[in-house]
Amino acid sequence: MSNIVLDAKVPEGPLEEKWSNARFDLKLVNPANKRKYEILIIGSGLAGASAAATLGELGYNVTMITYHDSPRRAHSIAAQGGINAAKNYHNDGDSIFRLFYDTIKGGDYRSREANVYRLAEVSNEIIDQTAAQGVPYGREYGGLLDNRSFGGAQVSRTFYSRGATGQQLLLGAYQAMARQIELGKVKLYNRMEMLDVVVHEGRAVGVVARDLITGEIRSFSGHAVVLATGGYANAYYLSTMAMMCNGTAVWRAHKHGALFANPSFTQIHPTAIPASEEFQSKLTLMSESLRNDGRIWVPKDKNETRSPDQIPEAERDYFLERRYPAFGNLVPRDVASRAAKVMFDEGYGVGPLKNGVYLDFAEAIGRLGKDVIEQRYGNLFEMYERITDENPYKVPMRIYPAPHYTMGGLWVDYHLMTTIPGLYAIGEANFSDHGGNRLGASALMQGLADGYFVLPNTIGDYLSDQLGTDPIPTDHAAFKTGEKAVKDQIDELIAINGTRSPDYFHRELGKVMIAEVGMARNEDGLKRAISEIRRLRDEFHKDVKVTGSNESFNQTLEKAGRVADFLELAELMAIDALNRRESCGGHFREESRTPEGEALRDDENYAYVAAWEFNGVGEEPTLHKEQLVFENVELAQRSYK
Amino acid sequence: MDVTLKVWRQDGPEAPGRFETYEATDISDHMSFLEMCDIVNEKLVERGIEPFSIDSDCREGICGMCGIMINGHPHGDQLGTATCQLHMRKFSDGDEIVLEPWKATGFPVIRDLVVDRSSFDRIIEAGGYITVPTGSAPDANMVPVPKAVADVAFDAAACIGCGACVAACPNSAAQLFTSAKLAQLNMVPQGQPERYDRVVAMVDTMEEFFGSCTNHGECEAACPKSITIDFIAMMNKDYIKAKFKNRRLLGQKA
Ligand SMILES: Cc1cc2nc3c(=O)[nH]c(=O)nc-3n(C[C@H](O)[C@H](O)[C@H](O)COP(=O)(O)OP(=O)(O)OC[C@H]3O[C@@H](n4cnc5c(N)ncnc54)[C@H](O)[C@@H]3O)c2cc1C
Ligand code: SF4
Ligand code: FES
Repeated sequence: MSNIVLDAKVPEGPLEEKWSNARFDLKLVNPANKRKYEILIIGSGLAGASAAATLGELGYNVTMITYHDSPRRAHSIAAQGGINAAKNYHNDGDSIFRLFYDTIKGGDYRSREANVYRLAEVSNEIIDQTAAQGVPYGREYGGLLDNRSFGGAQVSRTFYSRGATGQQLLLGAYQAMARQIELGKVKLYNRMEMLDVVVHEGRAVGVVARDLITGEIRSFSGHAVVLATGGYANAYYLSTMAMMCNGTAVWRAHKHGALFANPSFTQIHPTAIPASEEFQSKLTLMSESLRNDGRIWVPKDKNETRSPDQIPEAERDYFLERRYPAFGNLVPRDVASRAAKVMFDEGYGVGPLKNGVYLDFAEAIGRLGKDVIEQRYGNLFEMYERITDENPYKVPMRIYPAPHYTMGGLWVDYHLMTTIPGLYAIGEANFSDHGGNRLGASALMQGLADGYFVLPNTIGDYLSDQLGTDPIPTDHAAFKTGEKAVKDQIDELIAINGTRSPDYFHRELGKVMIAEVGMARNEDGLKRAISEIRRLRDEFHKDVKVTGSNESFNQTLEKAGRVADFLELAELMAIDALNRRESCGGHFREESRTPEGEALRDDENYAYVAAWEFNGVGEEPTLHKEQLVFENVELAQRSYK
Repeated sequence: MDVTLKVWRQDGPEAPGRFETYEATDISDHMSFLEMCDIVNEKLVERGIEPFSIDSDCREGICGMCGIMINGHPHGDQLGTATCQLHMRKFSDGDEIVLEPWKATGFPVIRDLVVDRSSFDRIIEAGGYITVPTGSAPDANMVPVPKAVADVAFDAAACIGCGACVAACPNSAAQLFTSAKLAQLNMVPQGQPERYDRVVAMVDTMEEFFGSCTNHGECEAACPKSITIDFIAMMNKDYIKAKFKNRRLLGQKA
């Protein structure tokens, strides 16, 4: 155990002035010197691409590494619903403070005030920036930007591009980065998977990566390393994440000393299409925006057999509207998912596996007409029909909660630096802004805030001290040791030569995780999960089968490495969930609830960020606490009634 | 249902290719096409045989990572559908299904069904952007965009960069992809200052990698996002105009 002191480096001054104070106090790198620095960015999603574009524009030399065949394929592309900003274009009472307040409250008071306020502050600049890039936002007839509402907010502040907001924002950032590639300021390495961070004399100095086409293991060296590698919800196997999303980059950084914050904080999104059978490879999200017009219900009779459109109003239970009259169908995700779970657990689920609830548009179609609904959600309806073979204009959708986002991630300070000097984490890869639960349309906002506006300002503070130093050459022993470790691990995986595919282990892990570390958690279940995960991990290292060799394009090998890391990360998720004996946000401990069954926080004992230090695989990690201080909001039990 | 797969296998870019036959048994109607491939591949792994390489990621038709020839059609023969969105309910028991990679010189094979589409990135790098250094943008509502324009710009921007248009084209031309990006950016007010330079740069780069368009229109039918070939006409018009457009007069209306 080391003597790590968590210093969040929150700037002095009143909340509204912290970010401008910080920018004034941070050391700068002068424009002529920027070209003397090499910055490595891993990941080309919203966070990574926007950071690469901006740092390139500023004059830094950037290396972009992504395992995708093109930066444009990063998982951010799949975000559907929208992006928040406090523009108050609708004159409905929004403000930076309200967006800040909603985000803190939505996160159930487990995030850092200063970071969240800064996020709300820069949200407006993101809209300006992206609109100028030509992102085709939804517009009103007068040509101005349109908005919709998302869960956890009583104002309309969500900007959108039909049902493909993430795609359009990612393409905007990708294109801005492409311009820097053309100008020679960003060097792109695609189909290149980072497999280790190289730390030398206490600083991050580079990474080791595998060329996915040739299998070559090679090193990259720089003055700073930025991980923009996304979330790890695929630890649950079935999730709304893209197939390749994984935790390898953050996990390997963690093993080198970067603390991992709130690993158990996972968002289970209420509106995904239910799983149908064992072979299912992923779950498809139906955007939260649908809850603007769709009403969620189950039949009042558990044994209902009629088709939903034949069930009269009086025999339906609109359980969200009933339990939460003030927010109704627009309660935050964690609340909606748990309310649905209560209905399944009591036997009210619908569909062949009794694992869904209805999301019904009949009333909205009656009120607004089919055309309006088609304008708003056409592509989502079409996607639903393709998958289920049912027409949602006629019969209500069936939806089910699915793992969707990880609020947890590498611990970072106000500068977005991890506990390893020179190693930054941005976007979903860090833990910073969403506390116990992320509000809809806030991940795109955070990824772009980090990449376009925060990191480019804060990174100079670290770099300025290194003026005049060259990056460590990649034939230095530090890199050679890193390369050897990576190579050994690959050889070991191939040498096991067992009988089961990596996917088999991933599926088995997913079953444990969703059952015990999912929507509701308790002490016994979490302990069971920990021993189950350990057993599975041992079995994996004895019995996994990796075909082919390292020296070629080998998707089975890629998968095996990612599953090996999930099998370690999952244990930490369970340990963290076990430690936190309170319910907050997406983390619901059955031992901690109000008499009405709502989540019950314990501010006295748990108003902290749990940042874990790695002590070895299977060893008890060390808990470090960052106490959260709330000076601008009053801690209250969240109520959406 | 049971189906038989005939899969193109090729160990590397220079290696000769061959077809291998695999049986997919006990396949459910609800399965997606790629889930069926997963099952076949998983069984191969457990038998110690290297599975066939195939790309996919989002499995929702948005990332553009998937894309193979299925029975000779890019993404199969269902209109407006990416490979990952195909479901086995559209196939029948006993079918033989042929799986091949995109075939185009602009997209060299990496392995089996996986190709290298980096040439698309080069086209975007040449000019597929609006220059706005971070932080320099005016308030978003300062520049209204008529709704009809925004809607068409979105239709064009929906391209997922999968490459099916190239695979469908007898000349392996990339006009549909290139024109979709050009249409999006050249239509909106924000894109006007760089409009003519953009079209020249992107078209010229495209021609380094891809064949020329002879108006077959196969691309439109193959496109999973139903991008229209009208954009190609727009691109061609702008390209010609660009040749004699005096850039110094670009600030003038009409
Ligand atoms: C279906 C869906 C819908 C969503 N809708 C919304 C929405 O409407 N609004 C909203 O705000 N949020 C939404 N989200 C959440 C949001 O999309 C993500 O949180 C966000 O896009 C993450 O961006 P990122 O840049 O952090 O990471 P990602 O986009 O996941 O990018 C990660 C990048 O890292 C690379 N990478 C990872 N590991 C390695 C490695 N080891 N080596 C090399 N490269 C690596 C990948 O190649 C990729 O380029 C949605 C999420 C899902 C799943
Ligand atoms: S135009 Fe259509 S077919 Fe071509 S890359 Fe774009 S989405 Fe794919
Ligand atoms: S896998 Fe993303 S489009 Fe098919």
